[in-house]
Amino acid sequence: MTSVEGLLVCEQDSQRTLSPYVTGTSVIGIKYKDGILMTADMGGSYGSTLRYKSVERMKSIGKHSLLGASGEISDFQEILRYLDELIKYDDMWDDGNSFGPKEIHNYLTRIMYNRRNKFDPLWNSLVLGGVKNGQKYLGTVSMIGVHFEDNHVATGFGNHLARPILRDEWKEDLSYEDAVKLLEKCMRVLLYRDRSAINKLQVAKITEEGVTISQPYSLKTFWGFNAFQNPSKGAEGTW
Amino acid sequence: MFRNQYDTDVTTWSPQGRLFQVEYAMEAVKQGSAAIGLRSKTHIVLASVNKANSELSSHQKKIFKVDDHIGVAIAGLTADGRVLSRYLRSECINYSFTYESPLPVGRLVVQLADKAQVCTQRSWKRPYGVGLLVAGLDESGAHLYYNCPSGNYFEYQAFAIGSRSQAAKTYLERKFESFMDSSREDLIKDALFAIKETLQGEKLTSSICTVAVVGVEEPFHILDQKTIQELIESFEIREEEVADQGAAMQEQSPEAAPMDI
Repeated sequence: MTSVEGLLVCEQDSQRTLSPYVTGTSVIGIKYKDGILMTADMGGSYGSTLRYKSVERMKSIGKHSLLGASGEISDFQEILRYLDELIKYDDMWDDGNSFGPKEIHNYLTRIMYNRRNKFDPLWNSLVLGGVKNGQKYLGTVSMIGVHFEDNHVATGFGNHLARPILRDEWKEDLSYEDAVKLLEKCMRVLLYRDRSAINKLQVAKITEEGVTISQPYSLKTFWGFNAFQNPSKGAEGTW
Repeated sequence: MFRNQYDTDVTTWSPQGRLFQVEYAMEAVKQGSAAIGLRSKTHIVLASVNKANSELSSHQKKIFKVDDHIGVAIAGLTADGRVLSRYLRSECINYSFTYESPLPVGRLVVQLADKAQVCTQRSWKRPYGVGLLVAGLDESGAHLYYNCPSGNYFEYQAFAIGSRSQAAKTYLERKFESFMDSSREDLIKDALFAIKETLQGEKLTSSICTVAVVGVEEPFHILDQKTIQELIESFEIREEEVADQGAAMQEQSPEAAPMDI
């Protein structure tokens, strides 16, 4: 066997995620007066089929952080396992130090970028929010390790449909009620225009007091708009 | 022929329950020139005595910056000290690469102690012959640790290691209760006086000591010689002033109680 053939055999044996299977759609996170609010629906799409309807895509990480994920659900579960391990070993020091959202965000960036360098990416876009020592933190990481912080962030379709709304209406000192209203406005737009979005969502809150993730609920919708009644009107070339 | 039957390797116990090789390594720390450290709520100061091997040579570096928030002073085998400093630096830089935040001092010290401990339990190794004063600042405040060759570590308010360190320890023990609220300048002053104690009469100059500071809003750095010399001179002047005043007061009222030293 030549060495080239040897390499080809190896290539066949290794498995990579070449495309995602079960995926979640957008996550939106914003800062508000007392901390961070995040929202995501509970759909899990198998390709374009809306296959699962109760997927929790937001989880608390340690004492000060909240993680939301879109993309491959199983990869998100693997990330959660990594973070559970990380938090466990951090707690085992038992010395009063603990990871804040900044540390978790950077750690996730390292994981995502490392895996993409192995050409075996974790197929997710992540939103990481948290509060530590009175400091609010909100950031995002993509599947190839692109990361940044902002006052409001969104993944996937949310980048196109939610963030323009947030740019217009977001304020630093938003009250909890107003912040939830703003998120629901974004989620309603996504529900109308993103085919993967479903009308069952959760809102998660993190403040200095800790994390609370709401029970699933639905948004009021109105499908009587003309564009919904006759979607092909004005769209030349459709049927 | 043999002075001691149980001291030929690190892993052999003596019947009295001692590990002689480890004790010899601790002895190496006492042979090295002195290093001291002290801390307040916000600052830690390290200082060391620099002894040149001969008139013709320069002295060995005894204080190392590990990261912006951590530094060490060493006494004992400087070569071992440099190896351990390199280890500490790499731990710090790896931590900040992964988490973009500074490594907590207490954790670094435990890692260092674990590394030293391994050497006391492997037949093919020897203990490090160096004591390290680790000064650092983190979320939980200012810290000063002493790491020794046995793998033990202790946290201190103020401490001195190396030759004739007992004199400095005595000085620090007399004054440590006020250190917590000391200003940065007072800490440096006490550091220099403690160093002076170890010199036993030899004149304190900037050429035979190194001083380093780390604190809130002040990354770890070694003070330059000129600054130290100025500090030494200003303190000596003040000392003389105090002495003069004391003399003057005694002249005015000889029955006044003597000042507490």
